[in-house]
Amino acid sequence: MWDLTTNALDTAKLRGATYADARLMHIRQRDLTTKNGAAGTLSQSESIGIGIRALANGAWGFASTDKLTREGVAACAAQAVSIAKASALAKRGDVRMVPENSYIDSWQAPLQKDPFEIPLESQLDLLLKADAAMRAVKGITLTETGMQFRKIDCWYASSIGSRIHQRKVISGAGIGATSFKGTEIQKRSYPNSFGGQFALAGYELIESLELLKHAPRVAEESVALHSALQCPEKTGTLLLDGSQLGLQIHESVGHPIELDRVLGQEANFAGTSFLTLEKLNNLKYGSEIVNVVADARIAHGPGLGSFAYDDEGVPAQCTDIIKDGQFRGYLSNREMAQLIGLNRSSGTMRTESWNRLPIIRMTNISLKPGSGSPDELIASTDDGIWMETNRSWSIDDRRYQFQFSTEIGWEIKGGKKVRMLKNPSYSGITTEFWNSCDTICGEKYWTLWGTPNCGKGQPMQTMGTGHGASPSRFRNVKIGTAFSGQ
Amino acid sequence: MSAMKSKSAKSAAQLSTESELKKRIAAVLRFGKIAGADETEVQIDETIDALSRFANNAIHQNVAEHGINISIRTVVDGRTARATTNRLDEDSLRAAVESSLQLAHSQPKIRGLLPMPSKQRYRKVNRFSKETADVTPEDRARAIRKSCDLAIRNGQVAAGIFSTGQSQLALGNSRGLFAAHRQTHAEFSITMQDEPAASWAKANSGSVKAFDPQKLAARASEKARLAKDAQELAPGKYTVILEPAAALDLVGFLFYDFAATALADQRSCLTKRIGKPLFGKNISIVDDAYHSLQLGAPFDGEGVPRQRVSLVENGVPKNLVYSRASAKKAGKKPTGHGFALPNDYGEAPMNLVFSGGDSSLDKMIASTDRGLLVTRVWYIREVDPYEKIMTGMTRDGLFLVENGRVTSAVRNFRFNQSLIELLKNVEAMSPAIRATAEESFEMVVPAMKVHNFHFTEPTKF
Repeated sequence: MWDLTTNALDTAKLRGATYADARLMHIRQRDLTTKNGAAGTLSQSESIGIGIRALANGAWGFASTDKLTREGVAACAAQAVSIAKASALAKRGDVRMVPENSYIDSWQAPLQKDPFEIPLESQLDLLLKADAAMRAVKGITLTETGMQFRKIDCWYASSIGSRIHQRKVISGAGIGATSFKGTEIQKRSYPNSFGGQFALAGYELIESLELLKHAPRVAEESVALHSALQCPEKTGTLLLDGSQLGLQIHESVGHPIELDRVLGQEANFAGTSFLTLEKLNNLKYGSEIVNVVADARIAHGPGLGSFAYDDEGVPAQCTDIIKDGQFRGYLSNREMAQLIGLNRSSGTMRTESWNRLPIIRMTNISLKPGSGSPDELIASTDDGIWMETNRSWSIDDRRYQFQFSTEIGWEIKGGKKVRMLKNPSYSGITTEFWNSCDTICGEKYWTLWGTPNCGKGQPMQTMGTGHGASPSRFRNVKIGTAFSGQ
Repeated sequence: MSAMKSKSAKSAAQLSTESELKKRIAAVLRFGKIAGADETEVQIDETIDALSRFANNAIHQNVAEHGINISIRTVVDGRTARATTNRLDEDSLRAAVESSLQLAHSQPKIRGLLPMPSKQRYRKVNRFSKETADVTPEDRARAIRKSCDLAIRNGQVAAGIFSTGQSQLALGNSRGLFAAHRQTHAEFSITMQDEPAASWAKANSGSVKAFDPQKLAARASEKARLAKDAQELAPGKYTVILEPAAALDLVGFLFYDFAATALADQRSCLTKRIGKPLFGKNISIVDDAYHSLQLGAPFDGEGVPRQRVSLVENGVPKNLVYSRASAKKAGKKPTGHGFALPNDYGEAPMNLVFSGGDSSLDKMIASTDRGLLVTRVWYIREVDPYEKIMTGMTRDGLFLVENGRVTSAVRNFRFNQSLIELLKNVEAMSPAIRATAEESFEMVVPAMKVHNFHFTEPTKF
């Protein structure tokens, strides 16, 4: 593999590149699903190829190919340089990057059980059993389960002398039960919606989820929602479970801190950010108990945003994003860091595959834990609504105004969960919301949630991100607006 | 497009020929037979794509790719599964066949699994434009440069993409079916930022000659200027004039509900509603892969020829689309809308065409006493699956219409709106055009004037 990356870099240099890097990636994926007691999707795929990024005449070019011969790679490198020179026809200045050291390294994400070595029959058997346990509940009209595994090998080389091999294995699984009754469709999912929980881990993650144990409850709650009261429309106290809070962090902290958005590079598609440069160190993002980090180090946990080096050869780092409520940092790469006068990239360049250009992406954007348990949180709430498991999410293109709805809610009165609520939703303005946070539960209740489906870039890239969160409480939040006036 | 008369070298990459595709498919079918598959299906996807991306009045990302994937579905003893690879050597293709068989063996027998379809006849569609396939990075850069220069002259900042490419899909199976389709595509999208405002324009076609990037840039620039000094309005129910891109991104969320499998799963909003008046009488929709403004192959994921299906007639949902499996279950004929097997969702209409009307954006504005003109909507998600309540934001140009004319810009709103109610409340429509936005795939839809559109909260800009 290194012969091919060297060939790519040599050719790019020969053609006039002042800098180049190459990512040769081999990606294997397995998808298993069941629906209504039968196997659904059963598929396995592999993809291998090389992506070459070149800087020539002060502008970027990128080309990729699956022709992994000396000739194929050389042609691809030449194309990347040629595209860079075309980019220079519409440039306003030369690209410059902050310095970075070169690294020679090989790293493998920690793994206990390789999911590709686990018999397919036993994986499918677990899903079919969970499916059956949900279907056993009267009133369930649709059951779905799924598992997904990815193994990614990346050989990265750059013209500053880095050569880094990384191997990552990602696992995920989830179950869902839907019930249609009258004029209403209700669904419950476990451990999270939209596919479940995902992590940089092996089959041990699947075993830890105890899908079978949770299947009957999930189905029973789906049916019970039809008899529950509609979530009221009001301004009040909101309690969020960790999975929903993870997505709240993703949308209202993770995306606005991407420096490419802030500097207008995503203006046409993903949008920009309200976090304009003058707000750095000058914005009270949240209440004093709100501390958010961008931490790609494996020490943070087996998150979808954990790695040893980013796809620009920069070592994984932990960056303060919000410290004691104050806005402290962005996600950057070597080029963006240079543009705003930082000394170093925060190491957040990531690519979906060999045929996609690395762009700034979230790593693990996590809310640091506070103290206390969810039971104590509820016991200390006189009047509020607990919301759990995301159902829909939407936020404006500068990441100010958001609205989320969840699969289930619970009314809290006098420190107790008193009844189930259906169709819960809440909305607000990002900084007002985070400033209303008055309690964050402790480390014991903190989970590093995996969001496997974050879309960004053109051509579109899907990336996994991590979000550590524990259940938390927010005051004076608008609740129930999604269904107002319907 | 006039800007495309380049003297620079043409793209060297070329799609495989049909005989090369047939040869590859035959080889894999042979491996399937040797490995013991009862049936084998081979799908080849090949893409040559390029995309130049600009922001801050300059190109900042510029990419090209050439990829080919071979996807193999085997059937053995009433079981089926799929394996996909982009390694084209014999050993890798044999390994993919084995992998597919191994997956198939791992499951219980599938009740009612149909044999693969045999040879089919397809209607010809010509969606390949040589001048689009020949567009070079220099061509795209020059067009982008002109748009950026316009932005600079107008004191604005341009961001967007210009992409061109070619792709092909070939399908063959061990029962003698062979289908192949190739097409080109071109897309130009531009946002003009006139801080704190912005506006946007976009076009997408099979041919780069179908649009003029400079006209799109000029339109976005003019609307960005008008979008300045936005005032905040109170939330509530407004008459809205949805430009085609806004209409597309809203109604696009309705169409997976027309899948027979979605109804069988009782997750469709049309459950118990087929054949009953649901939308306004002025709403008629067909799925028509052969419409002149559509792109895509004339066959589905199993190689079944696509049929024209009348989905909604005068406000009444009349018909669904069917894969072979869902058709068999329902006692209907397949309509050629199935996804590649195995899958969980069955089928969906992918080539939607609204009947539209004879109004125009200008006429709709002129006929409105008080309402809002919506350029584009954004981040749309489903709040309620049966009443089809969608939430999302307006973006890049929301304007107040008073006494028949646009009077000012308005701060963006969040909406929570039932699509069923929306299609009941359509007062006027323009002729349908090929619309493109970001949330839904391209469709042939009109601009729409709709009353009682529900905005629930404003944002800060």
